[in-house]
Amino acid sequence: MRNLGPILVVLAAIVALWYLAAVWMNAAWVHDQAARDGRAVTLAELVPLTLTQERPVLPAPHQVAKGLYDGLFGQKVTSKRSLVYHAWVTLSATGLGFVIGSAAGMLLAVGIVFNRAMDLSVMPWAIASQTIPILAIAPMIIVVLNSTGVTGIVPKAIISAYLSFFPVVVGMVKGLRSPDAMQLDLMRTWNAGALTSFAKLRLPSSMPYLFASLKVGIAASLVGTIVGELPTGAVAGLGSRLLSGSYYGQTVQIWAALFAAGLLAAGLVALIGWAEWVTLKRMGLAR
Amino acid sequence: MRDNAAVPGAVIEARGLDLVFQTADGPVQALKDVNLTINKGDFVSFIGPSGCGKTTFLRCIAALEHATGGSLTVNGMTPDEARMRRAYGYVFQAAGLYPWRSIAGNIRLPLEIMGFSKAEQAERVERVLALVDLAGFGKKFPWQLSGGMQQRASIARALAFDADILLMDEPFGALDEIVRDRLNEELLKLWARTGKTIGFVTHSIPEAVYLSTKIVVMSPRPGRITDVIDSPLPRERPLDIRDSREFIEIAHRVREGLRAGHGDEV
Repeated sequence: MRNLGPILVVLAAIVALWYLAAVWMNAAWVHDQAARDGRAVTLAELVPLTLTQERPVLPAPHQVAKGLYDGLFGQKVTSKRSLVYHAWVTLSATGLGFVIGSAAGMLLAVGIVFNRAMDLSVMPWAIASQTIPILAIAPMIIVVLNSTGVTGIVPKAIISAYLSFFPVVVGMVKGLRSPDAMQLDLMRTWNAGALTSFAKLRLPSSMPYLFASLKVGIAASLVGTIVGELPTGAVAGLGSRLLSGSYYGQTVQIWAALFAAGLLAAGLVALIGWAEWVTLKRMGLAR
Repeated sequence: MRDNAAVPGAVIEARGLDLVFQTADGPVQALKDVNLTINKGDFVSFIGPSGCGKTTFLRCIAALEHATGGSLTVNGMTPDEARMRRAYGYVFQAAGLYPWRSIAGNIRLPLEIMGFSKAEQAERVERVLALVDLAGFGKKFPWQLSGGMQQRASIARALAFDADILLMDEPFGALDEIVRDRLNEELLKLWARTGKTIGFVTHSIPEAVYLSTKIVVMSPRPGRITDVIDSPLPRERPLDIRDSREFIEIAHRVREGLRAGHGDEV
């Protein structure tokens, strides 16, 4: 664990900066209150007052930590106040969206590699799809699907899939094309058909590329789900926690939800990383 | 084409072979009027500067390129038919082993594609591993082997399905000289044991003279044959044959042929 020292130093620096910023940004409110009461505050009085506010502009790290801890462990997991409950709602839509998105991405990639017409036509559309702000298109998807009777996690999952298919397409196309001319020639000398070359050469070659893009894809899936939760009337999910927090000025709640989302993303990426390690090890590609 | 196949013992027969590549800068004549007969059991080297079409000719035999004129038969068939009947094994300059397959798995690959039974696959893999002196290395992965051993594995892979012809495109070009000498020696032994017909592309004069029964000297722009030398050296060749007078004479003739080809390029 030789790396632990530098990591802790950086972490400590971030926390220290955060405290400084919290004091600086929350001081205005303390000064306002004091002016209203006709008092002056000293620095010694100011600091604790900036770090204990109920609705600070920037909550201090310990406030966020407490909010996060309360949300995760302080409630029954079925409670509407539990971050575990909300994270689960978000996670289920993320999972479904990721499965749809990565499956679509892989299928499109296979089509692009094998079909010249798809090669020329699909990629520009895939790129164009990602230039549209997801915030603009998400409410439309929700409204359109709602009017056709599709509700629940499916609309969110589709927004999530919309974001996650793209990295998978790009990575998988690159991976399927990674065998060089010599390896493809070798296949031809054995009189192997396109299907055999795909199964024996292209698909295994694409695995390292696929996993790299799945990691990006699952993080994008989570972002998509949270964005999808913002305009849904926000009943459940980390997105709704963010939204209700901002309605009522509950900054601690917003930050706690943000950190919960961050933890969830880290966990999901780690999960893909683990699957990658297991797969590549079995293939003899991990050293 | 059929009448060419009538030449007794001829395995590969090229008559007036032309190949023109259509490139963005206009047509490029890669092969011009190539005439060559390769007999069963010959060890034929193709030597010449880059761009002389030696690799292209080998690829024509393998049906990886298709001639635009003249005729070419392999085992009395068109190259495409010959490929479908697994007439040849091909060895490239790089071993091209799949990193995700063990050495045995790599050698098994063409056998899987060609539909051999599991038992036969295992039996053949063991046999060719022994043939290239890699017995016991089947379970290793390519990255655990040296470059020379990887190239031996790729030769084993080309031998696994009993093709009569072995086509080798600068197979030892990326290896250092000491390893190269050893592999040349081993290749000769392998050739003596198996009686294969070998087509071997190289740009090393000593390598060509040491290995071949027939040396084909080629020159570029357009790629063509300038000299065909039937080697008087015995089939049994220790490495020190390279100091003999005959060896030096043949090497000299190859060098002359290469220089002549180079001269009329200007």
